[in-house]
Amino acid sequence: MHEVAALPWPVALAYLVSGILFILALRGLSSPATSRRGNRFGMAGMAIAVVTTIATHKFLDMAEIIGAIVIGGVIGFIIARRIAMTAMPQLVAAFHSLVGMAAVVVGAAAYLSPLAFGIADPATGEIFAASRIEMGLGVAIGAITFSGSVIAFLKLNGNMSGKPIMLPGRHVINLAVLAGILGLVAYFVTDQSGWVFWTVTALSFVIGFLLIIPIGGADMPVVVSMLNSYSGWAAAAMGFTLHNTAMIITGALVGSSGAILSYIMCRAMNRSFISVIAGGFGAETGAADGGEAKEQRPWKRGSAEDAAFLMEQADNVIIVPGYGMAVSQAQHVLREMTDLLKEKGVNVKFAIHPVAGRMPGHMNVLLAEANVPYDEVFELEDINSEFGQADVAFVIGANDVTNPAAKTDKTSPIYGMPILDVANAKSVLFVKRSMGGVGYAGVDNDVFYMDNTMMLLADAKKMVEEIVKALSH
Amino acid sequence: MDFISILSIFVLACFVGYYVVWSVTPALHTPLMAVTNAISSVIIVGALIASAEAGEGLAKWLGLAGVVFASINIFGGFAVTERMLAMYKKKERK
Repeated sequence: MHEVAALPWPVALAYLVSGILFILALRGLSSPATSRRGNRFGMAGMAIAVVTTIATHKFLDMAEIIGAIVIGGVIGFIIARRIAMTAMPQLVAAFHSLVGMAAVVVGAAAYLSPLAFGIADPATGEIFAASRIEMGLGVAIGAITFSGSVIAFLKLNGNMSGKPIMLPGRHVINLAVLAGILGLVAYFVTDQSGWVFWTVTALSFVIGFLLIIPIGGADMPVVVSMLNSYSGWAAAAMGFTLHNTAMIITGALVGSSGAILSYIMCRAMNRSFISVIAGGFGAETGAADGGEAKEQRPWKRGSAEDAAFLMEQADNVIIVPGYGMAVSQAQHVLREMTDLLKEKGVNVKFAIHPVAGRMPGHMNVLLAEANVPYDEVFELEDINSEFGQADVAFVIGANDVTNPAAKTDKTSPIYGMPILDVANAKSVLFVKRSMGGVGYAGVDNDVFYMDNTMMLLADAKKMVEEIVKALSH
Repeated sequence: MDFISILSIFVLACFVGYYVVWSVTPALHTPLMAVTNAISSVIIVGALIASAEAGEGLAKWLGLAGVVFASINIFGGFAVTERMLAMYKKKERK
């Protein structure tokens, strides 16, 4: 059996070291205190991998390589400095697409020039069978990551409607295309002709596109995590092709990381991974029961002054931010509001639902950006029991994650989803644009109509600005 | 290296990833995604080899394109992670 030649031991050792540094980079994220050191480990790991590779290969033209790195580095650096924190989900999606594309071009280069990577028989030019499977799968995963991430980016960036786009017979089409890809990868082992390789690549681009268009905006946290996972598996598959331990270790880390995040997000919505992938959430339900049949229930409208008065008098206030806060960029003025409340002796905490926003941890980053100390921000399970002792629950731009129907109504599309029990607070202030919109799941929220709820209907940022004005009198 | 050794590394790394990622605090899940993005661009190694060893022709240019894509990710990913992590502050005790 033909085998890929082993790397010289110092080179293999260097790649192992960078793999370990990447593990330490993720380990650092277990606490904000150690996270920055972890990030430096990651940078060191990357530097070792790149320098080792450059030092052990003969380059025809070093200037080209340096040029390519500098061009990419400058673009990346500028984007990273300028990007608004609210645009982080789009940015992450865009970065995923680049990992996918990089995997595709590396796979294509390996296919066109297998001897350069030592994965072909020098005598016949035939690529080793195992390498063909690894290469085929790597390119397929990379292409899916690329086109899927591009769609996710367009949806998150608002260039494309967040509503699910449902093609008729899409499950059949998708399964047929997937089967086609796997069949061709298997066939690739017996026939290394160009058409097989390029058809696999093209079909994979198509399936990535088809897989993500039916998925709605509210499911984006799962999609972004899932694509994160794919980008890892793509890197790992390339690592298998090139027998590179740094790529394999990193790919496995990133792949598991994305998979775990997807699992956490699915659990936080009580949905199965399959139902998210199948897509369409939020499309049918809104139309089904959104008609006139719904009873008009009484609700109370409050003003900024009322809200300011209620919170001033309170001992404990819990703020529940959601995607609406991100959309209206209300995090900074929200921090001002909490500062004023704290000066008045009110105890303020933040409660974050795992799927609040458009990606895992989205709310935490925005609050951190607004200088909210991270020890005032709590996760669902750590704070949920405290709503009973809270005088005011201040919900800003969140909806479905507070809906008691998730506990009581078995027919609700969000039934079984863990929620923040804002209804247990003595009073609830609900900042919302209008009574019309009913969240992404398309279900009405009983909290709106409770006796102790006051609806603050306005843009989140404007409302909080007015509350701040009222508090500073 | 034979396939089984490589597979062993891969499987063990998946386990390491599993335990390490579960210990990441949910507050840092966004930086986690940004940094995993940066490190998965270690695929730049493959792009570098392609642009070095493939000689002239399409494969080399594909390699160079891969180097550009991966560099955007590496520099962008680490820089944006650094920027986010710098924002997480503890309460000032008076």
